[in-house]
Amino acid sequence: MSDKHRNAILHPNRRQALAMMGMVGATGLVMPAILGRDKAHAAPPSAPKGQVIIGFSQEPTVFNPHMLHIEVDEGIHFSVFDPLFNVDPEGKFTPALAVEVPTVENGGISADGLNWKVKLRDGVKWHDGKPFTADDVKFTLDLVVDKDFRSARRAGHDQVRDIKVVSPTEITWRMEKPYAPYASILAATFIVPKHILEPEKDRNTAPFNNAPVGTGPFKWVERVAGDHIELAANADYYGDGPYLERVIYKYIPDLTVLYTQFKTGDIDVTGLQWITPDHYDEAKALEGKTVQVVPGGTVESVTFNMEKPQFKDRAVRQALYHALDKTTIIDALYYGLPAPTETYMPQQSFYFNPDLPKHEFDIEKAKKILDDAGWKPGEDGIRAKDGVRLSFSNSTTAGNHIREQVQQFMQQSFKDIGVEMTISNLPPAVMWGEYWMQSKFDSVVVGLDFLTGPDPDTSDYFLTSSINAKGGAGQNTWQYSNPEVDKLLAEGGQVFVPEERKKAYLKIQEIMRDDLPFLPIFQYATIRGRKKGMTGFTPNVNNRIDSWNVGTWYWEQA
Amino acid sequence: MTRYLLNRLGQSLVLLVLVSMIGFAVLNLAPGGPLSQFALTPGMTQADLDRISAQMGLDRPLVVQYADWFWRLLRGDWGRSFRDSRPVLDVIGGHFAATLLLMGTATVISVTIGTWVGIKGATKRYSIFDYAATVGAMVALSIPTFWFGLVAIYIFSLKLGWLPAGNMYTIGNGSFLDYAIHLIMPAMVLALVDVAVWSRYMRTATLDVINQDFVRTARAKGMTPRRVLMKHVVGNALLPMITLAGLQVPTLLGGALVTETVFTWPGMGRLFLDSLGYQDYPVVMGLLMFSAILVLLSNLAADLLTAFVDPRIRLT
Repeated sequence: MSDKHRNAILHPNRRQALAMMGMVGATGLVMPAILGRDKAHAAPPSAPKGQVIIGFSQEPTVFNPHMLHIEVDEGIHFSVFDPLFNVDPEGKFTPALAVEVPTVENGGISADGLNWKVKLRDGVKWHDGKPFTADDVKFTLDLVVDKDFRSARRAGHDQVRDIKVVSPTEITWRMEKPYAPYASILAATFIVPKHILEPEKDRNTAPFNNAPVGTGPFKWVERVAGDHIELAANADYYGDGPYLERVIYKYIPDLTVLYTQFKTGDIDVTGLQWITPDHYDEAKALEGKTVQVVPGGTVESVTFNMEKPQFKDRAVRQALYHALDKTTIIDALYYGLPAPTETYMPQQSFYFNPDLPKHEFDIEKAKKILDDAGWKPGEDGIRAKDGVRLSFSNSTTAGNHIREQVQQFMQQSFKDIGVEMTISNLPPAVMWGEYWMQSKFDSVVVGLDFLTGPDPDTSDYFLTSSINAKGGAGQNTWQYSNPEVDKLLAEGGQVFVPEERKKAYLKIQEIMRDDLPFLPIFQYATIRGRKKGMTGFTPNVNNRIDSWNVGTWYWEQA
Repeated sequence: MTRYLLNRLGQSLVLLVLVSMIGFAVLNLAPGGPLSQFALTPGMTQADLDRISAQMGLDRPLVVQYADWFWRLLRGDWGRSFRDSRPVLDVIGGHFAATLLLMGTATVISVTIGTWVGIKGATKRYSIFDYAATVGAMVALSIPTFWFGLVAIYIFSLKLGWLPAGNMYTIGNGSFLDYAIHLIMPAMVLALVDVAVWSRYMRTATLDVINQDFVRTARAKGMTPRRVLMKHVVGNALLPMITLAGLQVPTLLGGALVTETVFTWPGMGRLFLDSLGYQDYPVVMGLLMFSAILVLLSNLAADLLTAFVDPRIRLT
């Protein structure tokens, strides 16, 4: 318990954490860190006690973890279901329904990465009392690739062949080709009960989807649509916890109201979208509340469409990066909370490259790069070369006020180096539809999670074959194509030992920093609040949801 | 009378079909579509989006999708929500109950007080009460509900701690008293504006009647002012209110988005906005049809009721 706390807050990113503290002001981070550690000494109760109300600003509605869902839905998935193994804050796998995490070392994965063997926990029961067995695992892996099932994700699972149930506690399968990211995908694959779902004719609309039965620390009680979801302790849980009698996920659509209800004590924990930055100063001074700045895995960037003639020249992208005043954007518009970054990889990741060149905001340098590359100012002051004017549009979700200010700020800086940027924002459904997926934009300000769980693979974003506008089927909307990156991604995806894998991904980050298909601005940080005494809250950049470990939360006893 | 009814119902049906066609087209022609919101989900690919779109039947021509939806509707199948895969009628039903509770309470308060204030204002025209009511109504109509709700929460929840800051009930309690306590603030905030509206209408309607000859006659024959008011004035002044009420019903049942948001009340307004936001077409279409039917039925009911209580009107 105490180990987890120390690691989460201090260990994985000591250097970055220090850098961030400097910006946030020491009190913001150090105080909660110290409090968090102190609390870890208190012991959880011997039997489940009390309840916690977690407020979400979006409503969880998808309870079958394999259907298309949004982040908040995962709050319920993590509470009700278990995967074979979990991911801890450091990106390491910890066994859940599996007795041990399969690796090449322990023989769970064959040296060539093709044959997998997983030993399962014995004596685990579904919430309805039926035993959990290897048949459930097989059913789950079959379900996600079932052609009639609206599975949210098939990547990885579609490589699995010949699933064999060796015994109720052992399962094996073969992979079509070695695929290292599969471990991370499995860590996000919650096992669902065969005995309930198999008899259903249409699993997309099965009653199970609105009354899930899992093996997790909490059982489903009820949902009041549009209001809340209630879960109760699973007394038979095999793992650590649960220490709470009830967990309630409350839907509060407005963030100001969410914060007000946190202040009044109507909710104990502010969940997604948390406390807005403009309330941070007030929030951290609140009595009886613990407020903490927590880094997330999302990276904000200015993204280019590399097939547009303006952006084909690397010099242009580099010059624009020098003209981007990141420090002012972060300090003035984001209250200094997020940490500046040079890469798409979260700084907490094992695969993060800390040695990338640091960004310099330097207008003169930017001008010089463009001069040297032959982009000469025209009569109107806008640079041009070979008939291409350095003028482009920038888009993002309309109504995101802070981003709109960032755009206006960029517009000014770019003007100083003779580059014209126009702003053309679109409503979300339009912005992230074809316009984004088929690369119809010039440039975009966007926050992206490049990773799925802790795995460093970004094939869907960087591979040449992932360019949708050129017939691909991924999300390479930059239309970025670099044979070396393609090769490194292919190699990295087949190596199963993290230390050996790391090389490829450090190199990819170096290339991306140099090529700059997107200008990294910062890694997100969010402000999370909880009532004092609520213990066990552990930030985990590898999961999208704060309550990923709600089974081990408890109220400190007075 | 029967012919009249059949006529009206026939017209309504044609209108409903038209409404559904236009609604369906507008929804589906808007760019993006229900899956675009998932584009930024980590690891999402175009391949997955295309497959799911096909599985949901969203890749079919619009006309085919409409025909399919309409045919199902004719057989009583309103479809299932894209968000939680529950039948649309179940989804609407849950929120409808919450709205009925909130709006019903607010309406009872506002109609009672509003009617009283309106009559009193009209009978004591240009009195201090009348001026106060007029100014009060203008102020109430001008205050944004959102702001008023937040001020109420600030005073009664944060500062005084008398009332809960929102929600329909305390989770795990749900007794009558608990509901009542939670109902006070949102119902009062909603009623405030409606009182203003009702009192203005009622005042005007009463003034119209009060100067009529039959009122003077009634007074002349020696009726007490109170009886004149109750028997002749109010009765006649309430007639136009029936039509007004008929027009108000759909608005009421459509929910009050702002109040529901401020007080986290799981009503129809929130459902509509959330369903639109998530492009949950079946629910949005369901809500559209539901409110269209409400509008038509309540108008019809108001017309019938007016004819029933006012012998001067004949329906043909």
